[in-house]
Amino acid sequence: MQPAAPAPDIIARHRLSTRLWHWLNALLLYILFTSGLGIFNAHPRLYWGHYGANFDHAWLVLDRFPGWITLPGHYSLALSRHWHLAAAPIFAFALLAYILWSLGNRHIQRDLALTRADVAPRHIWQDIFDHARLRFPRGEAARRYGFLQKASYIGVIFVALPLLIFTGLTMSPGMNAAMPWLIDLFGGRQSARSIHFIAAFALAAFFLVHILMVLLSGPLNQMRAMLTGRYRLPAERP
Amino acid sequence: MILARRALLLGAAASLTGCDRLARNDRFREALFSAENFHKWAQRSLMARDALAREFRPDQISPIFRANGTANPNTAEYKALWRGNFADWRLRVDGRVARELSLSLSQLHALPHREQITRHDCVEGWSAIGKWRGVPLKTILDGAGLRSDARYLVFHCADTMGNGSAYYESIDLIDAFHPQTILAFALNDRPLSVANGAPLRLRVERQLGYKQAKYLTRIEAVSTLAGTGGGKGGYWEDHAGYDWYAGI
Repeated sequence: MQPAAPAPDIIARHRLSTRLWHWLNALLLYILFTSGLGIFNAHPRLYWGHYGANFDHAWLVLDRFPGWITLPGHYSLALSRHWHLAAAPIFAFALLAYILWSLGNRHIQRDLALTRADVAPRHIWQDIFDHARLRFPRGEAARRYGFLQKASYIGVIFVALPLLIFTGLTMSPGMNAAMPWLIDLFGGRQSARSIHFIAAFALAAFFLVHILMVLLSGPLNQMRAMLTGRYRLPAERP
Repeated sequence: MILARRALLLGAAASLTGCDRLARNDRFREALFSAENFHKWAQRSLMARDALAREFRPDQISPIFRANGTANPNTAEYKALWRGNFADWRLRVDGRVARELSLSLSQLHALPHREQITRHDCVEGWSAIGKWRGVPLKTILDGAGLRSDARYLVFHCADTMGNGSAYYESIDLIDAFHPQTILAFALNDRPLSVANGAPLRLRVERQLGYKQAKYLTRIEAVSTLAGTGGGKGGYWEDHAGYDWYAGI
């Protein structure tokens, strides 16, 4: 008689704070991106510097984004702004709360901070090479994030998202009066608008790769982990 | 993969129409629109009452200052005033004031001026920098003497909008008495052009472009905005659902 197969190796992966923030963010970033495109449609031109209007040189001129990717689905600058400006403060304070919470429970220091071993060129190349061949870590190695994962999560949490918040505030004439340093930080309102747009699309690119990675590395297991926190370590390759 | 992609797209489409349906629900709409109150509260808490909008150097002025909204009121009355070089134009100041005023352009020119090179931010996203000269609104309000129940100033304009009603906008007393809030009669050292609001327009430098009412004819001090237009304080606020507080 064969002994029963050992139970799959289930570990506690995502903390409650991470799961709550992840799904709140999924909703808010979806609203912010689509309503943001709706706002962009009011003037689909981007400039560098303090000023920029139709007579000035634009570095990017686009057509309007189609209705299936804007919020609302028809052109309404007023409604897009209501969606965007209602979601933005919730998103900003949630990010702040998540960062503080994750410093408090040492998630950032333990799971996201890059170690000396992570940044060894050999490891970086190995990680890139493995990702390119879609060979994801298994067994014990799957307990920890690799270099590319850590670098992208750090890039999103500490660079892209704060950049979106601060460039967004820089476009506000009221915030310009309250915090004039914002204008100097980004080199002008129109530069801030351009950086806001670039950061939003960088985040959209992250989203697409993120979804792709979830689909390729066991979508049900990943989904369960982000919903319940419990993750099944993929078995070692024979 | 293809199935997953299709599911994603379907999900996106479903939630989009879901959002649109939500926005049509009155109570949800009210909640969505109330974000304005948060931004007004947050900005007013963060900034000093007289915190100034950035003023720029002359070499930072936009080569061409884009005019927006009405390009020419084109009413018989306005055309007659324009032909007369606005000599017969008057600015009425009335409502909750101690002394009603009727000011001519030359009277305004004779009052102390303020000059400021500021950035005009359109709600659509573009910006233009121009040099404005005009009379601080505070000077006019001190002359008229606001009654103690005055809370807002409504600016009535000469240009009629799509539905035949004249443009109007309003600000509260914090912005009305702000040092950079002026009634401007010159842009870039020249009298205001018709496209930019001749003969007089409002500048409220800590808010967006649609607050900068052009073609001023009358300033009315009121205790509430309920009696003006649709009650939301401005033409675009009433007709397109824009925020009354346009600091963001």
